[in-house]
Amino acid sequence: MAGPASDIPQALKAPPAPRSRRRFGVRTLGGVLGVFGGSALLMGYLSLIVLIPIAAVAAHGLGITVHTHGWGLAFWHWTGTTDFSAFWANVTNATARQAIWLSLWLSLAVAAVNAVLGVVIALVLVRDTFPGKRLLEGVIDLPFALPTIVAGVVIVYLYGQASPVHINLYETWMGLFVALLFVTLPFSVRAVQPVLESFDGQAEDASRSLGAGGIRTFMSILLPSLLPAILTGFGLAFARAIGEFGSISLISGGLGRTTPASAYIFNLFSDGGSYYSAAAAVSVALLVISLLLLASTGVASTRVQRRLSQ
Amino acid sequence: MTASVIAPVAEPVRNRETNTRRRLPLRLLAIAYVSLLIGLPVAFLFGKAFGLGVGTFWHQITEPGALDALELSAKVAAIVVPVNTVVGIGAGLLLARRRFPGKRLLDLTFDVPIAISPIIIGLSLFLAYSKIGAFGPWLFKHGFMLVFSVPGIVLATMAVSLPYVLRSIVPVLIEIGETQEQAARTLGAGMWRRLFTITLPAIRWALLYGIALTLARTLGEFGAVLIVSGNVTDKTQTLPIYIYDAWDQVPTNDAGAFSGAVLLALISITVLVVLSILRARERRLRVDIA
Amino acid sequence: MRRPIFRRSSLIGVLVLPLTLALISTSDPASAVAPRGSDNVNVVGYSIVSGIYSKLEAAFQKTTAGKNVTFSNSFGASTTQANDVVAGQAADVVNFSTVPDMQLLVDNGIVASKWNSTGAGKAEGGFVSDSVVVIVVKPGNPLHITGWPSLIKSGVQIVTPDPISSGSARWNLLEAYEQQIIQKKGAAAAAKYTNALVKNVVAEPSSGSKALTAFLAGTGNVLLAYESDASAALTAGKPIKVVYPAQDILIQTPAALTDTGSTNKGAKAFFTYLFSPAGQSLWAHNAFRPTLKSVATATKSLFPHTYKATQLTTIASLGGWPAVINKFFSTNGIITKIEQAHGWTS
Repeated sequence: MAGPASDIPQALKAPPAPRSRRRFGVRTLGGVLGVFGGSALLMGYLSLIVLIPIAAVAAHGLGITVHTHGWGLAFWHWTGTTDFSAFWANVTNATARQAIWLSLWLSLAVAAVNAVLGVVIALVLVRDTFPGKRLLEGVIDLPFALPTIVAGVVIVYLYGQASPVHINLYETWMGLFVALLFVTLPFSVRAVQPVLESFDGQAEDASRSLGAGGIRTFMSILLPSLLPAILTGFGLAFARAIGEFGSISLISGGLGRTTPASAYIFNLFSDGGSYYSAAAAVSVALLVISLLLLASTGVASTRVQRRLSQ
Repeated sequence: MTASVIAPVAEPVRNRETNTRRRLPLRLLAIAYVSLLIGLPVAFLFGKAFGLGVGTFWHQITEPGALDALELSAKVAAIVVPVNTVVGIGAGLLLARRRFPGKRLLDLTFDVPIAISPIIIGLSLFLAYSKIGAFGPWLFKHGFMLVFSVPGIVLATMAVSLPYVLRSIVPVLIEIGETQEQAARTLGAGMWRRLFTITLPAIRWALLYGIALTLARTLGEFGAVLIVSGNVTDKTQTLPIYIYDAWDQVPTNDAGAFSGAVLLALISITVLVVLSILRARERRLRVDIA
Repeated sequence: MRRPIFRRSSLIGVLVLPLTLALISTSDPASAVAPRGSDNVNVVGYSIVSGIYSKLEAAFQKTTAGKNVTFSNSFGASTTQANDVVAGQAADVVNFSTVPDMQLLVDNGIVASKWNSTGAGKAEGGFVSDSVVVIVVKPGNPLHITGWPSLIKSGVQIVTPDPISSGSARWNLLEAYEQQIIQKKGAAAAAKYTNALVKNVVAEPSSGSKALTAFLAGTGNVLLAYESDASAALTAGKPIKVVYPAQDILIQTPAALTDTGSTNKGAKAFFTYLFSPAGQSLWAHNAFRPTLKSVATATKSLFPHTYKATQLTTIASLGGWPAVINKFFSTNGIITKIEQAHGWTS
C-alpha cells in the first residue's frame, strides 16, 4: 500500500495511453466536443471561484495596477506596476508583525505538539485494543467534522470568562493554543495512522528478539519509517492552524497582542475602505508563509521517503 | 499530500499481541489527551445547552431566525454539494487518467482551498466581485450581486468545499486503473454508460466519503461566508453565522448560541458517523479486492 | 456485467435539480437583491440601533403606509456598514453614527449630496436622533467613578470600541479630548489626558454593541457608551450603573434615503415615519434623544440629564466634521497618533 507521501507523484502520473487512442480517449466528434466543453466549463468554474479571486488578492495586496495603452485586449500594450513599498509597509508595521508572528509561532508549536501526540495516539489506535477504542476513534475525528464556529463556542465556553471549571483563557495565547490543538489533532493522527497500519512489523520483531527495548526499537525502526508521514502531518496541521479563524474568533483579541493573523485580516477587512489593501497585503504574506512551509515539508517528506525505499 | 488524510484509510494489519502493561502508559496518555482536549469541551457544551432545559433548547432552535438560518444552510448545501461532486468526478477522472499541459496547475488549483485560510478565501471573493473589485461595477450594473447575497454565500461555500470529492476519489481511480473501462469500450459501451456502470460503482465508497466531507464542510463553513455575506439578519445568515451573531449577544442570548451550536454539532456528528461507516466499508471492500 | 449502483436518471435528476435552482436564484437580478418582493426595504444602520429599529418597523407596519412593507435589516459598526454599502450591500434607508460615514456614501453617489437639506429630515439637518456619551460602571460603582477625571486613575480598565470601525468610538475619544478644551485647560492638557485615558483602555471591540457585550461578559471595569445603549441595558435589567460626566458631546446620528431608496415607496414612507411625531416619540421612549423639536419639548422629562452650552461640545462648534477628521482622525490626527502610541492601530 502506498504511503501518504508517495501518493503525490502517483496522483500526477497517469498510466500511459496506448498510441492507437486519441488524446483524451474519445473517438467521436460529439465526444471530443463534449470533453472540450466540459473542460472549458471546468476551467471557467475554477477561474470563477479560485483563480480570479486569488489574483484579486494578489493585485490588491501588492498594489498591482494594469495600464492599457493600446485598444482593448491587445495586452502586449499593457504595463503593470506594483506598489511593493505599500505592501511592505502593510506587512511590517507593528500590529501586523505581532499578528503574523503570533500565528507563525503558535502554528509551529501546535503542529509540533500534535505531531508527537499524533504518533502516540496512532500507535494506540493501531496496536492496542481496549473497550471504548471505537469511541476514541470517533472523538478524534470530531474536530474534523465539527464546524469551526462550534469548536469556537465549545472552547470559549469551557475556557472563557464564564468557565464552569474556572479556567479563564479568554484573550490569552494559551486559549488560542488550546483551540488550535483542538482543530489540528485529526490531521496529525490521520497522517500517521495508515502508515502504521501497513507496517508489517517484521523488522520490529527482529529488533526485539535481538534484545532491543521498546523505546530503542521505536526510535531506530519505527520512527524513521514514520518520518515522511509525520512531516506531512506537520505540514497539514501547520497550514490549518495558521489559517484557522472560526475556532479562535471568539477567544482571540484584546490589547492587539492576542490577535492572530486571520483575525487581524478580518479586522482590517471590517475597517474597510483603505484597509482592504492592508488586509490583502497581510493575506499575501500569510499565503507565502504557508506555501513555503507546505513546500518544504513536502520536499522533506519525499526526500526521506526516497531515502527509506533505497 | 492532502489526499491520504481525506481518503479512507488502508486495510488494517493483523493485531499484534504484546504485553498490556507495556502498552498501558501510552494508552492512558492517548485517552487522557483526547478526552481533555476534545471530549471535555464538547461534553460541557452539550451539558450547558441541555442544562438550560430541553424545552429551552427546542424553543431556541425553532425560533424564526434559527429556522431561517437552517433553511439557508440547507439550500446552500443543496446547490454546492452536487456541483462540487460533478466537478470533482470530472476533474478527478482527468487528473487520474490523462496527461495534458496544465495538469500540474489543475492539481494545484484544487489544493488551494485546503491550504488557504477561509478568511482569505472570503476576502479574495470580495475583492474580486464586490463593487470595488475589477469586475464589480460591471456585475452590479447587470444585476449580479455576487457578494452580500445568497449567490455570494454559494460561491464562497463552493470555493472552500471544492477539493474533497476529488481528493477522495483520485487515489482510488489510480489504484483501480482503466482496464475494466477499456474492456467495456471494446465491447461497445459508450462514455456515459461506462461512467455510470463501471467507474462510479467502483469508486462508490470513496465517492460517498468525499460527498459526506463536502456536505460537512458546506454546512460548517464560517470565515469565508462571514466576509462575503454582509450583516443582514434573517436573509444571509447561515447557521454558523447565526451562532456567531447569537454569541455576540451573550450574556443576553446564551441559549440561542449554545442551542444553535449543539444543533450544528449534532448534524455534524451524524455526518461523522456516516463517514466512519463509509470508511469501514471502504476498508472491507479493499480487503476483498486485495 | 455489474449492475449500476446509481440509476442514471435518478443521479441526473439529483444533480440537475439543484443546478436549476442555482441558475434561477442567480439569474434574476431582482431576486438576488430583494427576494422578498419589491415592497422590501433594506435598512442599514449602526450597531446600537438594531433594537429600536425592530420597534420602529413594527410600529410602522401597523400604519396604513406600512401595511405591506417588509424589512431586511443589517446592523454593525458604523464605518464597516458604510463600506459594505459602497462595496455593494443593498441599502434603501441608512442610519450611521457619524456624518463622515454618510459622506462616504455621498462620495460614491449612493446618497444625494443634499441629503441633509432636502426630504423628510431637512428640518433636523438629516439627524434622526441624538445621544450623549456616558460612563458605564459595575453596580455600586466600586471604583467611585464620578466623571472624566476618574477615568485616568490607576486600576481603571476601560472598554471602548475601535475608532476605525465604530462611530461610537470616535465620539468617545473626541469628547475625552474636548472636555478638557471646553474647560479651557488647553491643548497640551487635553492631549495629556487623552493619552492617559487610552493607556487605561484594555479592549477595543469593533462596534458599540460589541463593546457593551464584552463589558457585560467581564472585560474591563468601565465602559464608554452611548446613553441610549446604556439606558436600554439598564431597562433590560443588566447589572450596570450609568454615570453622566460633567462635560459631554452632542452625538448626532445622520439618516438618509439612498438612490435605490428614493424610488422605493415603502422606503420613502418609512423614512418619513422616522422623522414624524409618532416615530420620534418612539425614539424618545427608547432613550434616544429626539430631534423633532415638538417631540423633544414634550419628552424633556425622559432625559433629566441636560447640558448647558458651556458643558456641551458640538461638531458645529468644532468647525464641522471635515475639520474634526483632519485634526483628530486623519493619518496624522491627534487621536490616531495616540492610538498608535498605545499599540491599538498601525
